[in-house]
Amino acid sequence: MRRHRWKVLAVSLAACLAAAACSGGSQTPSAPTGSAPASQPAAGGGGASGALPRHETLYTSGTQWGPPSNWNPIREWDFATGTKGLVYETLFLYDPNADQLVPWLAESGTWVEDKVYELKLRQGVTWADGKPFTADDVVFTFELGKMDTVPYSNLWNFLDKAEAVDQHTVRFTFKEANYQQWSIHLYSRAIVPKHIWEGRSEEEVIEGTNENPIGTGPYQYHSHDQDRMVWVKRDGWWATQQLGKDVKPKYIVDIVNSSNEVAMGLLLQGQLDLSNNFLPGIANLVQNKNFGITTFYPEPPYMLSANTAWLVLNTTRKPMDDPAFRKAVAHSIDVKKIVEGVYGNLVRPANPTGLLPQWEKYIDQDVVNRYGFSYDPDKAKKLLADAGYRDRDGDGFVERPDGGKIDLKIIVPAGWTDWMEAIRVISEGAKAVGINLNPEFPDFNALVDARAAGKFDMLINNERQLASTPWHYYDYMYQLPIRKQQNTVNFGRYEDKEAWELVRELDNKKTDDLEGMKQVISRLQERHLRDLPIIPLWYNGLWSQVTSGTWKNWPSSAPNAPKHAPTMWRNWHELGAILMLTELQPAGR
Amino acid sequence: MRRYLLRKLLVYGLTFFVAVTVNWMIPRFMPGDPVSSMIARASVAQPEAVEAMRAHYNSLFGFDRPVFEQYVNFWIALLRGDLGISIWLFPTPVWDVIVRAVPYTIALLLPAILLSWIAGNWFGAFAARRRWLDNTMLPVGYILTATPYMWLAILMAWGLGVVAGIFPVAGGYSFELQPSWSWEFIGDLALHWFLPFASLFIVAFGGWAIGMRNMIIYELEADYANYLAALGAPARLIRRYAFRNAMLPQITGLALQLGTLVAGALVTEVVFSYPGLGHLILKAIQNQDFFLLQGTFLFIVIGVLIANFLIDIVYTVVDPRTRMGLGGAA
Repeated sequence: MRRHRWKVLAVSLAACLAAAACSGGSQTPSAPTGSAPASQPAAGGGGASGALPRHETLYTSGTQWGPPSNWNPIREWDFATGTKGLVYETLFLYDPNADQLVPWLAESGTWVEDKVYELKLRQGVTWADGKPFTADDVVFTFELGKMDTVPYSNLWNFLDKAEAVDQHTVRFTFKEANYQQWSIHLYSRAIVPKHIWEGRSEEEVIEGTNENPIGTGPYQYHSHDQDRMVWVKRDGWWATQQLGKDVKPKYIVDIVNSSNEVAMGLLLQGQLDLSNNFLPGIANLVQNKNFGITTFYPEPPYMLSANTAWLVLNTTRKPMDDPAFRKAVAHSIDVKKIVEGVYGNLVRPANPTGLLPQWEKYIDQDVVNRYGFSYDPDKAKKLLADAGYRDRDGDGFVERPDGGKIDLKIIVPAGWTDWMEAIRVISEGAKAVGINLNPEFPDFNALVDARAAGKFDMLINNERQLASTPWHYYDYMYQLPIRKQQNTVNFGRYEDKEAWELVRELDNKKTDDLEGMKQVISRLQERHLRDLPIIPLWYNGLWSQVTSGTWKNWPSSAPNAPKHAPTMWRNWHELGAILMLTELQPAGR
Repeated sequence: MRRYLLRKLLVYGLTFFVAVTVNWMIPRFMPGDPVSSMIARASVAQPEAVEAMRAHYNSLFGFDRPVFEQYVNFWIALLRGDLGISIWLFPTPVWDVIVRAVPYTIALLLPAILLSWIAGNWFGAFAARRRWLDNTMLPVGYILTATPYMWLAILMAWGLGVVAGIFPVAGGYSFELQPSWSWEFIGDLALHWFLPFASLFIVAFGGWAIGMRNMIIYELEADYANYLAALGAPARLIRRYAFRNAMLPQITGLALQLGTLVAGALVTEVVFSYPGLGHLILKAIQNQDFFLLQGTFLFIVIGVLIANFLIDIVYTVVDPRTRMGLGGAA
C-alpha cells in the first residue's frame, strides 16, 4: 500500500520535472514582426521523437560560460557561440597560415587612392529571410559605429565617410589612412541587415538580445537552453554555390562550460566532438591513443598559439619605472619551468619580442640577439647590483637605490589555477635574485578594477589575440594617451611618446608593404627590448581537443589535414574556423 | 491553535525580513564593482564610451543612488515581484533565469527530502528490531551521514558516469534532445536526475535511519511500553505506539535539517552541473551578479520558510500537546 503511494509520487515528480523543462527550457525567441520564414525549422531531420541524430550533429564546448543570453553580433564579448561566424558574416576572413585576407562577403577590396578604399561585394548573397545583401547593409553596419558604445566606434576617429556607390560597391573615405587597423576591421566586423536593424535605438543596438538573428551565414537559430545553444544548417548559403564550400554538420550544439571535469567526462564518453576548454594534463590523454582524443600537434606544444601571456608591470610605481629593474625581473623568470611544470608543455615559451609564431617573419633576429633576454639569475643579480639595488638591511631582499624597501605583489584571478601556479614560479624566481615579489589571488572583478585604475604592481594578461598584423600588439603595449581607466590596452600605463609615434607610423604602412612594416617593427622591437615596459612570458594555446567518433578530418599538423583554427571561440570564425566546418567529414560509423 | 499559528507567522515574517536584508547586504560588501567588470568584459577602449556606459549601467541598476535609497527601492521592487536584471546574463531579467532553474531544484529536493525521510524512518524502525541488521546498519548509517554530499557525488559521477558509463555526468537532459512530452525525453530527464538525487538521498537516508533506530530503542524501553507489555498487549501494538512517539523528534529534525539539505542540494547541483538554483548561485557569485544572487537566495529563503511552516502545522496535527499546551499557556 505504502509502496504504491511512493510510485505515484515518483511518477508525478518525473512529470513535474518534464513539465518544468518544457515550459522553462525551450523558450524560442519570438520572431520579430518582420517576415521571417523558416524561423522555426522542423525540429530535427531524423527520428519522430525530435532527438538530434548523432551522426548529423557536432557537439562543441569551451566558449560559452553562461546560458546564451543574446544573439547580438555587436556584443562581441558575450553573444551566443557562433552568432558571428555561423549566422552573421564578415567581409573577409583572415588566414593566419597564408597571412592574407580571404574574400568572403566582399569579393575584393582595393585602395583606389591614398585615403579611399573601394570594396566590391559578392553578388548573389542573400539574408536568411530572402532579401538580397547589398552595399547598403555594409554602409549601415559601419555607420552603427558612430554610436559611442559600439565597440568599433574608434573607427570613426579616422574614417570620414562610408558610401554605397552602387548595389555592390562601397567606398570608404578616410581622414587618416590607418591601413593596418583598417585591415583588422575588414575581417572583424559582422555585417548586419539594414532592413531589420534600421530604426533600432542605440540602447537596442548595444543591449538588445536580437532574438531570431537573420544573417548571411550557413546556420540559423534552432533552440537554446541554460546549458546549450543549438544551431541548424539553413539552405541557400552563398558559399555553397559560389565557392563550393558546404558546412557538414546539420546541427551544432554548443555546450555551456560548467567545469573542466565535466568537459573531460563528456570528451571521454565521446559525447563531445570539439572541446575548446583548457584541460590540464590533456597531454597524457593525447599520448595514450586508447582515449581517442587528439590535438592539433600530436606532440608538444599540442596546440596552436592563440595569444601571448604578458607580465604587465605598473610603470607608474617604483621600482617598476626603472628599465634596469624590469630587465632584472625578466631575467629572473624561469619560463621553461612554467611551460613544463605548470602546463606540461601545452604552451610554448614566448619569443622575447612577444610576437606570436604566426608573425615570425616580422621578428628581427639581430635585434633579439642584441637586446633579448632569457632566464639567467646571475645576470638578473648583476643588473640589479649595477643599477644600485642592494640589500642594505640584510633581510635577503634588495632595496631601491634611494633606500626604499621593495615589497611587490603579483596578481592573477583566484581560481585560474594554471596562472596561479605560474605566478608562484615567477615569485620564486624573483625572490631567488633578491626581489621581494609575492603572489596574490584576488577575485576576478577586483583584479579588473585594480587593473583598470592602475592600482597593482604586476599582473598577467593575455587579452590581445592573434590578428592580421603585429600592429595589434604594439597598440596594446604603447597606446597613448593614458586615461583614468585603462580598460583594454597599456595596463602598465607606460608613456613612451616616441614608441607611440612609431606605432602610428606602422599603422600608416600599407599591408602589402612588408619591407616598410618590417622596418618600423624592427625599431619597435629594439625599443621594446631596451626598455621592456611589458615582459612576454609564453604563448597561450588555442585550446582544442577533438574526438573522431562522429566527425573526422579535423585540422591538424598531419600532412594532408586542414590547417584552419580548430575552435568555436568568439571572433575566431573569421580567422578560418568557419572553414574547419566545411572540411569536416562524417566518420561514418 | 490560532494564536499559535499567528505567532509562528510573525516569527516567520521577521525571519524573512532579516534574511532578505542580509541577503541584500552581502553582495554589496564583496570586493569589486560589477559595472566595472561588465565594461571591462565589453573591451571598450574609448574613454567617452566607457564613461557613457558606466553612467548608463549605474543608473540602470540604481547604483548611483544613496545606499539607503537602494535598499528601499529594492523592497519596493521586490513587493512588486521585480527581481531586477541579471548582470551576468545581461539583459535577461532575474525572474526568467530563476524560473527556469527552480523546477530542477524542486524536483531534486522534494523527493530527496521526503523519500529519504520516509524510507530512513521506516528502515530505522525496522532495523531496531533485528540484531543482525542493527549491527550492520549502524556503522553503515554513520558512515553515510558523515559523508559530505560533494564527495559522494563526485565518486558517483566518476564511478557510475565516466567509468561505467551508465549515467550521464552532466546537465538536465541530453544534448541531442529538445524538451517535449515524449517518453524518450521524460526517461532522459529521469536518467539525468537519478545520480544527483541518489547522492542526496543516500546521505540523508543514513541520518534518518540512525535517528529513528535510536528513538525506537529508547521508546521500547520507556515505562509505557513496559507497562503495555506487562498488560499482555501484542508486540505489534507496542511497536506502533513507540513508532508514533519516536516520529515526533524526527519531524522536528526534518525542520531543522531542511537548511542543510538545501545547501547539500546546491553543492550536488554544482558537481553534476545540474541546471538548478545551486548552479546559479555559484555563477552569480563568480560573476558578482548582485541581483541574481539576491533572487536565488530569496527563493531558497522562501522555500525553507514555507517548508518549516508546513512542518509546524503538521506538528500540531500529529502532536496534540502542541495544540493544548500552547493554547493553554497563553
